[in-house]
Amino acid sequence: MRLSGIVHRFSPNDDINTDYIISGRYKFKIDDMNELAKHVMEDISPEFSGKVRNGDIIVAGRNFGCGSSREQAPRALKAAGVSAVIAKSYARIFYRSCFNVGLPLVECDTDWIKDGDIITVDLDTGEVADARTGQKTKAKPIPKTMQILLQDGGLIPHLRKHGDFALR
Amino acid sequence: MGKTIAEKVLSSHSELDCSAGEIVIASVDFCMSQDGTSTMMIRELESLGFKSPKTTNGMTMVIDHNSPCPSVDVAKIHTRMRDFARANSIPLFDVGEGICHQLVPESGKVLPGDLVVGADSHTCTYGALNACSTGLGSTDVAAAAFTGKLWFKVPDTYSVIVNGKMPRRVGAKDLMLSVIGSVTADGATYKSVEFSGEAIDASSMDGRFTMANMAVEMGAKFCPFAFDSKTASWLSARGLGKGANVSCDPDAICEKKYDFDASDIVPKVAKPHAVDNVVDASTLKGTKIQQAFLGTCTNGRYSDLEAAARILKGKHINAGVRLIVAPASRAVLVEAIDGGVYAALLKAGATFVAPGCGPCVGTHAGIPGDGENVISTANRNFKGRMGNNKDVGIYLASPETVAASSLTGEITDPREVKE
Repeated sequence: MRLSGIVHRFSPNDDINTDYIISGRYKFKIDDMNELAKHVMEDISPEFSGKVRNGDIIVAGRNFGCGSSREQAPRALKAAGVSAVIAKSYARIFYRSCFNVGLPLVECDTDWIKDGDIITVDLDTGEVADARTGQKTKAKPIPKTMQILLQDGGLIPHLRKHGDFALR
Repeated sequence: MGKTIAEKVLSSHSELDCSAGEIVIASVDFCMSQDGTSTMMIRELESLGFKSPKTTNGMTMVIDHNSPCPSVDVAKIHTRMRDFARANSIPLFDVGEGICHQLVPESGKVLPGDLVVGADSHTCTYGALNACSTGLGSTDVAAAAFTGKLWFKVPDTYSVIVNGKMPRRVGAKDLMLSVIGSVTADGATYKSVEFSGEAIDASSMDGRFTMANMAVEMGAKFCPFAFDSKTASWLSARGLGKGANVSCDPDAICEKKYDFDASDIVPKVAKPHAVDNVVDASTLKGTKIQQAFLGTCTNGRYSDLEAAARILKGKHINAGVRLIVAPASRAVLVEAIDGGVYAALLKAGATFVAPGCGPCVGTHAGIPGDGENVISTANRNFKGRMGNNKDVGIYLASPETVAASSLTGEITDPREVKE
């Protein structure tokens, strides 16, 4: 599967936690992901939710999604239209939750990708290419377990399809 | 070849002889969720036609993050949880009972050797009881409740050895902040962290809960402590069984080793806005604070309240400071009342809020004003964490440091305050 979208980068670049992705101010009282999507990244980028478009891609540094286990973080990003995240590394709970809800994560060096670039990601080959500069890199392969979850549309559709875990 | 605690627990729960790096499907003993994560789990369970949990010892839901309810929107979430719990005979801890990570161990739902998952990142707390427990998203917990099992990657283990004796007024929180400062916020991502050494043998069970609780702040998956006489006493005092205690083999492969000398540890503070931004408390002398918070799943236990009361008894907090206390559970509050700790803190000027998460997650019960500094015994100091991102600085520290700072109105090394 190939994805293409406009890049959004943030400050800080590393350790963007799930509180920043969706603040406790909203996530504890709003149960509708489309409503939560209006507040994604608000504490570090108040303008982000107004400018993000369907298919856009978030690019970050190390340890993206650290902190709270709140699954509203991947779900609200998805509801906001984010099609994938590209980062140097991810926190563990967020990593699982993204694939569980069908939001693909790509792991590679990201220093060369600029805010506003149009980036293309091939989830099968791992190729990440920048349309503006022509620069390319190869991402770490997505583990088999996560590929299966992604193909099935997430963990619950996976269980519904197979009646059990069929991840190996 | 020997095995780590994580390898042994995942082997026994998957009926495989597994080692770090392998993917296993393991049976799960217990799972839980709280009011910030339950509705997504409930929706997934209902979509699967859920009847009752397949986990060995069932599941529970806890209303602790927004408790008592602060708004009509949250009331809808709480009602949904109560309705689901009633319809499916799931035990629910309601308003005023306390924080999930205090209630689950207190109620005997986790025993040594267990594999536990929870829709709350600090589920790693139960590692103190020699269990492998970890936080997950709501969908993973729904899958565990529905099938009784879950997939796990068997983690590598980091061994953290702490020898020596902890100095006076230096505790588990200071040690853990030192460790996180060294290992960094993602230094132990996906790892199982096993503590050992003289200072760990000497540490109280409450201290171990504090340390295991914060393991996720360096990215860890599990933080299982060894089973010893203290674990046994803690369990027997509550009329609980011993479980299947699990130890790390001497020849087990640990990916990394860290050594700390407990006698070198001093009162520590994590500065805004990262938990690994750790400095000595003494270096922050002169930093004014307007709010102090004593509580949370990290430091809301009786011994934490007692430690603060020892410093505050017979004194009064600074006129420019609000001290908010949220006991970790009703049992902790009752103990504090019976032992005189409650009165000591109240007379010193503390404001008690209901047992639960209190102002930690920024939804109620103590949202700081613009430009204010808060010193807190919590585990996170992210920007906006306590509900206000306008130049609010959250400083994380031990109960002793929080108490000392609330007396002086600025960040204070507790060793400077007389009892």
